[in-house]
Parts: sequence; structure tokens; C-alpha cells
Amino acid sequence: MNFLAYGVAGWICIVGLYGAIVSKNLIHLALCLTVIQSSTYVLLLSVGYRHHGTAPIYKGIRLGTNTVDPIVQSLALTDIVISVTVIALILALALDVHKKLGTADPDEVVELQG
Amino acid sequence: MTRRQIRGTIAIPVLGALGAFLYWGLSGLPPFGNYHGFYGHMVSILSLPQRHVTNAVTATVFDYRGFDTMGEEFILFAAVTGVVLLLRKSGEDEEGPPEDTVTSDALRLFGLLALAGGVLVGLWLAAYGLVTPGGGFQGGVAIASGFVLLYLTGSYLAFARRTSESALDPLEAVGAAGYVVVGLAALIAGLPFLANLLGPGKPGTLVSGGSLGFINWAVALEVAAANTILYKEFLEQYIVPIARGRKS
Amino acid sequence: MIATLVPLQATSLIFVALAATSVALCRNPLRQIILSGVYGLLLVVLFVVLQAPDVALSMLVVTTTAYPLIVLVAIARTRHGSKEEK
Repeated sequence: MNFLAYGVAGWICIVGLYGAIVSKNLIHLALCLTVIQSSTYVLLLSVGYRHHGTAPIYKGIRLGTNTVDPIVQSLALTDIVISVTVIALILALALDVHKKLGTADPDEVVELQG
Repeated sequence: MTRRQIRGTIAIPVLGALGAFLYWGLSGLPPFGNYHGFYGHMVSILSLPQRHVTNAVTATVFDYRGFDTMGEEFILFAAVTGVVLLLRKSGEDEEGPPEDTVTSDALRLFGLLALAGGVLVGLWLAAYGLVTPGGGFQGGVAIASGFVLLYLTGSYLAFARRTSESALDPLEAVGAAGYVVVGLAALIAGLPFLANLLGPGKPGTLVSGGSLGFINWAVALEVAAANTILYKEFLEQYIVPIARGRKS
Repeated sequence: MIATLVPLQATSLIFVALAATSVALCRNPLRQIILSGVYGLLLVVLFVVLQAPDVALSMLVVTTTAYPLIVLVAIARTRHGSKEEK
């Protein structure tokens, strides 16, 4: 039961990778990447969680209260916002490929490029 | 068998091996809920007395990990620049933006109210980032989502006019540069890069954190402008072909 | 003392795992982006349960507005092109 949190993070990573490998569409591929990326958030927050801990915001709680780890949260927080622009860049590249080759299928793209 | 089927078949044992490897690695972590990280503990204890910031997460993002966040902010900047380069090149417009006014009054009224609400929530999230959950990153995205309603319930023309490149691009640059300027200001004053110049301020208020507040607003500006540019470029990709098809 | 998962956390984690599986294995991008929205909201719930309100807010604003918007435009654009060819 204790391994569940880490197991879920690992599973999300693996299933996302599988989706990306058998992908038929570059947009589908980009969404699978977001799934793989989200596994890191689940893992980071699971690692940083402390039993009976509260959120590390000292508004209304005493200093020295048992809180969860703020550092892993700050890592996940910025990454989530940055990832949107990175996915947007990937989608823009996919649109460019579609415009030039008329297809969004990674296999067809490889065939057309030779 | 097609390439994809071959790939899928090969992937299963490989991913199985990866799963076993991950299991081996993850089972060495401290059990769930029993992590006692030294740095996390230090930040939790010190962020309020040392930086006068009640939200330890924002204190980590903008202060203890400030230099790192500056790097992340430039990833955002670079990615948006890439999107603009790719999409503006391919979406060259000869006849200017098409006419596509939304005629439903109810939709416009609701959109306007939701726009105000969205922007207000965004500003609130950004403003209280150092006190309660929130901060420049979340607030910026919320502000940009508010502005996008201008397009969805108004018209592309209104959106394009109000958020023209000549206004948005400099705003994004100001946001990105603002972060560096706060860092350099400390350097000029003879302190380490990004050191807190203004003193910690009063905890639990809008002026807590000193120069962290400036960094917070710079990030909010950067993220809001970057996301609005992003939405604008993508919506242009959608609306221009449709409007052209309608015209011809 | 060995701490264990709270039932709420366990339930939330299982829902997240199921949603992630459905997002990754759904072949149609249009259905996938809808599932991705559901997955994002389940992640928000998980983050709140794991005492991370900042991360939950971040995920919330991103998953409800930013992702659907850019991905839907990309889907519309690629469909538009392929219809013309056929």
C-alpha cells in the first residue's frame, strides 16, 4: 500500500511512453508527452509529502507546524506553467510539418522525407 | 506488419524492463509520508522569519531558487519566441485580419463579465502570491485566459487590435528583463545577484518579501504576455482560413 | 512509525492512474484532449490532497484554459488541411 504513490507515478510514465511510441498523430504524441511529464509531478509531490503535514503556508498556522516539503512543490509549480509553452512549440512544429507535407502521422512523415 | 505494429511489439518488453528498473529505483525511496528532507525543513522553518514571506513555496520559487526560476522564465521566453517565429512566418496575411464579429448580445455580455472576472482572479492570485497560495506563474496564466475571452466572445478584430504585437511583445520583454534588472540592481548595490535589496517587509501583507514582490510581478507580466501571444498566434491559425473560406 | 496512505489519497491516486491510462491509449486526438482535461482536474484533486495548493492552482489554470485552446486549434488546423486533400 505504501508503494502505491510511487507505483502510480511509474505507471503514468510507462503508459505515456507506450502511447507516444504507438502514436499515429503528432498532436496525440504531444499530449502523451504531457502525460509523461505529469508523472514527475506525482512523483515529486509524493516524495515531498509528510504524514499529517499541512501545506507550507504560514498563514493561520504556527511556525514549526509539521508541513510538507515546499521545495518539491516549487519545482512542480514552475514546470507546469513552462510546459504549456513548450507543448505549444511542439504543436507549432507539428502544424508546420502538416503544412509542408500534408500529414500529421509520424510514420508518413518519415516515409515522405525518405 | 506496419512499422507502428513492429514498434508497439518491441516496446512492450522494453517498457517492461523500464518498469522493473523504475520499481528497483523507486523502492529505495523513503516510504510515502516519511520523507525528512533537510533542505525542505530548513526552508519551511526559515521562510517566515528570514524573508517575511508566509508562503514557503513562493519563497522557494522567487528567492531560495530564484536564479533557477530566472532560467525557467527564459525557457518560457525562448519557447514563445519559437512559436511566434514558426507560426507568423507561415500565417502571412495579405488582406489583414478578417471580419468575424459575434452578434449574440447575451454571449458578449457574459463574455465581458467573465473576462473581468478572469483578469481579476489572475491579478488577485499574482498579488497575494507571497501570502497565500498563488503567485506570478498562476496569476499570469489566469490573466491571459481572461484576455482570450475578448476574442471568444467579441471578435478576432477586437482581440487583434487590443493585443497587437507592438504592445504585447515589449510587455513580454519587460517582464523577462524585469527579473534580471532586480538581480542586477542588487549586484550594483554591491550585494550578490538577486539579493533582497528592499528588506523583508511586513509578513502577511502585500509588501512582504521586499524585492520578491517585484520579481513576482515581473514573472506575472512575463507569463501573462507570453500566454496571450501564444493564444493569439494559435487562434490566428484557426480563424484566418475559416474567414477566408467564407469570403471566397 | 511507518505512515500509510490515507484512503482519500489512495482513491485519488488510483483515479489519476486510470485517467492517465485512458489519455495515453485513446487514439483520437479530439477525444484525447477532453480526457486530458478530466485527467488534469483529477491531478488538481490529487495535488490538493497531497497538501500542495500552489501546484494545484498552477495545474488548474493550465489544464482548463491553456491546453484545450492550443490543442483544439492544432486539431482543427490539421483536419482542415487533410479534408482539402481528400
